[in-house]
Amino acid sequence: MNATTTFHLDGEEIPFTPGQTIIQAAKAAGAYIPHLCWHPDFQANGSCKLCTVKVNGRFGSSCTMEAQAGMVVENRTAELDDKRRTLLQMFFVEGNHFCPSCEKSGDCALQATAYELKMMSPHFDMFYPDRAVDASHPDILLDFNRCIMCSLCVSASRDVDGKNVFYMGGRGILGRRVHINSESGMLGDTDFAATDRAASICPVGVILKKRKGFAVPIGERTYDLAPISAPDKETTP
Amino acid sequence: MNAPMNATPAPVKKLRVATTSLAGCFGCHMSILDIDERIIKLLELIEFDRSPLTDIKTCGPCDLGLIEGGLCNAENVHVLREFRRNCKVLVAVGACAINGGLPAQRNHLDLRDILEEVYQTEVGLSHGGIPNDPELPLPLNKVHPIHEVVKVDYFLPGCPPSADAIWKLLTDLLAGRTPNLGHGLLHYD
Repeated sequence: MNATTTFHLDGEEIPFTPGQTIIQAAKAAGAYIPHLCWHPDFQANGSCKLCTVKVNGRFGSSCTMEAQAGMVVENRTAELDDKRRTLLQMFFVEGNHFCPSCEKSGDCALQATAYELKMMSPHFDMFYPDRAVDASHPDILLDFNRCIMCSLCVSASRDVDGKNVFYMGGRGILGRRVHINSESGMLGDTDFAATDRAASICPVGVILKKRKGFAVPIGERTYDLAPISAPDKETTP
Repeated sequence: MNAPMNATPAPVKKLRVATTSLAGCFGCHMSILDIDERIIKLLELIEFDRSPLTDIKTCGPCDLGLIEGGLCNAENVHVLREFRRNCKVLVAVGACAINGGLPAQRNHLDLRDILEEVYQTEVGLSHGGIPNDPELPLPLNKVHPIHEVVKVDYFLPGCPPSADAIWKLLTDLLAGRTPNLGHGLLHYD
């Protein structure tokens, strides 16, 4: 293999094509770098910081940093996984993530990533924020209690569906959130459709199809069968 | 040193274990019973102190305390502190002990509004007034996980944790290992 087009990820040689980010090349080679806001079909957002790796000894987001020949990249080290676990714990206390009553449980990237990193507790004090549920759409339910603000729905609606149904707005830890692009702010007053790409992109349990509850039993779902680090898994289809 | 050669070996000292359900549904305790016949093996290694299984009302000095449920009233906090004082190792068992769980879904509602709706205004209920007997523990404004009040040594997530996960935790602890749940045993649902 040509030494100018590979880098080292936890000691493994990973080939890349110029312009590929570290996580794109790792994904193509079947190597798992924990991530939540990154999806292979969309432009990197760089907000969740879960994919942070150490490149030649310095921290960097593997979803935004281009691969360079000869880079030495640390990924699943105890130091990085400890930091990732702390990030996950902050996600879990910042929203209302009650897995037992969530339809997404077992198919949820946040939950599966927390399993992968052996997150045993939220560690911090819970926020228990008061967030709205939007049931105005005939086919889709929005439960913002579970939003991790990955903005994948914003990208999917804008870049694939051409509808711009969602946008990020507001400020501060409890103020910044996903908003709906309609005068009323309700999903029912948009042209959103259950067949939109954005309707199936949510890695957590915010965007849910109505009348689809528990079609697959708990225990037989995506990440019940194999961990999220398995090569063929992705945050969402 | 001078013991006769044919002496029977001293019986292994059993570890004392206490369990309780605070703001929980006893589902985690049902899951403990789901270890089925392994409970016979377990009882060779441990003896129960305060627990719904023994009906002992106060917790004495213990090696291990298992806490199901979060904190929804003053009595829960009292019992939790009694367990922490008496147990060398304290384990939060199940979703409610770890993040408040189902009871914590009242946290975005005002407590007085909840009590008034349940006991006074809701159609079809008896409208007997909000209970105010001094024997009833006062509800907390919000439901809290137990790690917000005492130090917790280990966490066993799940709603409930499966019998296999409970067995893995107990056998790891009894063998002096740090509990380690792999894929399939670590569940939040």
